[in-house]
Amino acid sequence: MSNGNMNLTLKVWRQKNAQTAGKFVSYKAENISPDMSFLEMLDVVNESLTHKGDEPINFDHDCREGICGMCSLYINGHPHGPKRGITTCQLHMRTFHDGETITIEPWRAEAFPIVKDLAVDRSAFDRIQQAGGYVSVNTGGVPDGNAIPIPKVIADEAFNSATCIGCGACVAACKNASAMLFVSAKITQLGLLPQGQPERYRRVQSMVAQMDEEGFGSCTNTGACEAECPKEIKLTNIARMNNDYFSAKLFREEEVHEQNH
Amino acid sequence: MSEFKQTLNSSLGKKLIMALTGLFLCTFLIVHVGGNLLLFKHDDGFSFNVYANFLTHFPPIEVIAYLLYLSILVHALYGLILTVKNRKARPVRYAVAAKSDASWSSKNMGLLGSVLFLFIVIHMGDFWFRYHNDKTMGFKEYRTDLATGETKVSDYTPANAEFSHSVSTENNVEVVRVKDLHARVTTSFSNLIYVIFYVIAMGAVAFHLLHGFQSAFRTLGWVHRKYTPVVYFIGTWLFAVIIPLLFAAMPVYYYYLSTQGAH
Repeated sequence: MSNGNMNLTLKVWRQKNAQTAGKFVSYKAENISPDMSFLEMLDVVNESLTHKGDEPINFDHDCREGICGMCSLYINGHPHGPKRGITTCQLHMRTFHDGETITIEPWRAEAFPIVKDLAVDRSAFDRIQQAGGYVSVNTGGVPDGNAIPIPKVIADEAFNSATCIGCGACVAACKNASAMLFVSAKITQLGLLPQGQPERYRRVQSMVAQMDEEGFGSCTNTGACEAECPKEIKLTNIARMNNDYFSAKLFREEEVHEQNH
Repeated sequence: MSEFKQTLNSSLGKKLIMALTGLFLCTFLIVHVGGNLLLFKHDDGFSFNVYANFLTHFPPIEVIAYLLYLSILVHALYGLILTVKNRKARPVRYAVAAKSDASWSSKNMGLLGSVLFLFIVIHMGDFWFRYHNDKTMGFKEYRTDLATGETKVSDYTPANAEFSHSVSTENNVEVVRVKDLHARVTTSFSNLIYVIFYVIAMGAVAFHLLHGFQSAFRTLGWVHRKYTPVVYFIGTWLFAVIIPLLFAAMPVYYYYLSTQGAH
């Protein structure tokens, strides 16, 4: 186009609620600036739908700064779109070509039921987190930065795992809809640091039990989660979770039992 | 005990069973390929037949063999259970499935495993079952002159049906009488269809272990900056290249010999 803007065709999954069947509906997205984010492009489309008196497309979004993990869109076969290491709100329309057809689907997992259109219910993650993904010691006032010496590599590793925003892209990308990358990131984040030690082995058992109860699949070490994670969480977290879990179950029975009572 | 069962029933426990049985089967492959290399010796099957006889008559090996059969069944069964559970976790598939970074073998372990299971059933029926139950399987007599080391081979017909094997020395000549499994190998591997199936199955072994060996270590939680590259190296070169190639070379070699009219 002369002004450099793009015209696109969107194939969007429309579904009234979890109980009804959904289907793809095609929409035209016209005069889209390449500098818009993917969510802004959807805003433009929704505005025109509203003007026409049609129901706008329902999708999740919040901070639009790559932090909140809400923008759970499966775009052209990739969670958060085709670019690596970013969320949907950080995906810009210049990634696509003028005239391109873009297919937008919700996360597909038994444990993430569809709320409406592209929005899914990810409260399963909250329940896993509530099962043990916290430290319950009284932390008091904020201690000095160097009060507890922690080796740099450990601090870095814990921080890298803590960057997980719980967006669910790992579940969406995994062929088994496994939540193990998310759960293991949370376990690693807390388990590596001194504050997380007292509950380390009870935590891993509670969170894995809750994960199983929610109906997520098992990890087959395929690595699709790591490849698609917007925060580039590493697969090694899963190995660390396995290690802690087997250690807790097979060798730390008494210790864990005492903590539970 | 219930705690133990609960552990094994968890998603991580099921994977642990897959990893442990898988690694046990990997160690067996090393022993199996080592013994089978005797097929490349030009001694009318003397070494191979003695080796097969040893395997079936040495009690500790028999115990390990039954552990092995159990491992194959448990590994296959848990693979099936996990696959069904994993499919249930994603009941609706995506309309667009883009090419991902994940390796082909990692995404098709169930398919590769099914090919292997079919192969193992046929393979055991052809060799193991016949060796144990086929009354028509012939015997060979190997007479080795202990002074010269020269071995002469002839067919042997046992006096009674209960005969399994014997070793004796007569006038400085060692006489070994054993079941002739080598003849079975020669017959089976002269069939081109069987040879092709065997080679395809070894391709399946290669891809199954290319992912499976290192994956088992990850499941056990044994990932380390220093040792994981070693695990990858062994998994790739030993288990996915050398061992399948050696196994596949046997039927190809025997088929080649059969076309030459000799064995």
